[in-house]
Amino acid sequence: MTDQAYNFAYLDEQTKRMIRRAILKGLAIPGYQVPFASREMPMPYGWGTGGVQVSAAVLTPEDTLKVIDQGADDTTNAVSIRSFFERTAGVATTTATDEATVIQTRHRIPEVPLREGQILVYQVPIPEPLRFLEPRESETRKMHSLEEYGLMHVKLYEDISRHGHIATSYAYPVRVEGRYVMDPSPIPKFDNPKLGEMAAIQLFGAGREQRIYALPPYTQVVSLDFEDHPFEASKADQCCGLCGATDSYLDEVIVDDAGGRMFVCSDTDFCTARQAAGHRGQDAA
Amino acid sequence: MQAQVLSGGFSAPAIQSAQAFRGIMEAMARPGTIHTVTGSTPPAPLSAAAGAVLLTLCDADTPVHLAGARDCAEVRAWLAFHTGAPVTDPSSCMFAVGTWEALGPLTAFPVGSSEYPDRSTTLIVETPDLQPQGATLTGPGIKDRASLSVPDVGALQANHALFPLGLDFIFTSGDRLAALPRSTEVS
Repeated sequence: MTDQAYNFAYLDEQTKRMIRRAILKGLAIPGYQVPFASREMPMPYGWGTGGVQVSAAVLTPEDTLKVIDQGADDTTNAVSIRSFFERTAGVATTTATDEATVIQTRHRIPEVPLREGQILVYQVPIPEPLRFLEPRESETRKMHSLEEYGLMHVKLYEDISRHGHIATSYAYPVRVEGRYVMDPSPIPKFDNPKLGEMAAIQLFGAGREQRIYALPPYTQVVSLDFEDHPFEASKADQCCGLCGATDSYLDEVIVDDAGGRMFVCSDTDFCTARQAAGHRGQDAA
Repeated sequence: MQAQVLSGGFSAPAIQSAQAFRGIMEAMARPGTIHTVTGSTPPAPLSAAAGAVLLTLCDADTPVHLAGARDCAEVRAWLAFHTGAPVTDPSSCMFAVGTWEALGPLTAFPVGSSEYPDRSTTLIVETPDLQPQGATLTGPGIKDRASLSVPDVGALQANHALFPLGLDFIFTSGDRLAALPRSTEVS
């Protein structure tokens, strides 16, 4: 039941129009960060204020919403955002990836390939991939306009000289259609290969930093690397303790105070579906 | 004041603009696909789709240029009442609406700057017919290739050559629309 004290999907119409215009420009210029007038939301910065505003601007009453936090449907952030939209937009919610039309995510891409008609909304903390290399917005903006991305390669090179390999393991920078270098939000680099040629629309919202950017479907997205140090999508060299999956991204969970540990799928829906289909891992009850 | 000025907007603005936006967004994300947007009955000669786009995206923050026959008292009054958008000349507009012939030359519209390529005009081009055939489209949003009946391949190629600067187009016909962002290669 929609809470009648709020406009549909919480935001007022003028705000939604402003966000919608930013989304369209973002789709027209893949990977470019469009400034927008981010609003205060009834949650703190860092809890998905950007993603929530983008979701509010794209939701229709016919949608089915799924919210994940690091792959999980049952964490605090995911549960509260889901109930926020149940209350203010009256939309149906689900935890099943293939039933959802809009998926808001914090730091993961679902294991199940997304299809046309679905929209993936990312919560982004720092949208500027060059920010930790150059703190001034005036300079990073100039660097994007001039395609001056040498500094990013220097950063990756320093990884190699220090660690022997590219140690960046999340928020791994990508180049979109050979033009803009983009921060894919802090997803593990295991998820980077899914960014390109995806059938779904990908929208990125950074509330505190007031930026929206987008990847239309079937966009070319290349993770930055070197010829002699090619990009590698890495994961823990284990299989899921609950469902036995060998190809999913795994979380390491400490299970006692004697150093005992297990690895489980970070995507809870993927893991649950596999267990329901009869797959069992070594730690399954 | 004419009753027609007051009517023809969305009857349920929050819901209908959300639904119309999804059509517009899908069109912009998948160039060449044709979508139906309903709920608006603007005064002639505006099409229903162009009316829905204006209602969904325009307000007092977005100067609109009305080109050719669309620059008439009925349309001006309707736009003012339903959106509050100021009507301006091509050089300072965020949206422009008209036929391809009336909108030209395209060089009159802002294409953004290299630091802010988003500060460019979105053109709502009224076309008599919209068909998934004609020019071949490739680029972001298109799996292999798509086809769309576009008015002038040469001008759209010149616009694409400006990327990441450039204009974005929404083609409207009746209650149907398709979009062509600057990122799309036309041949």
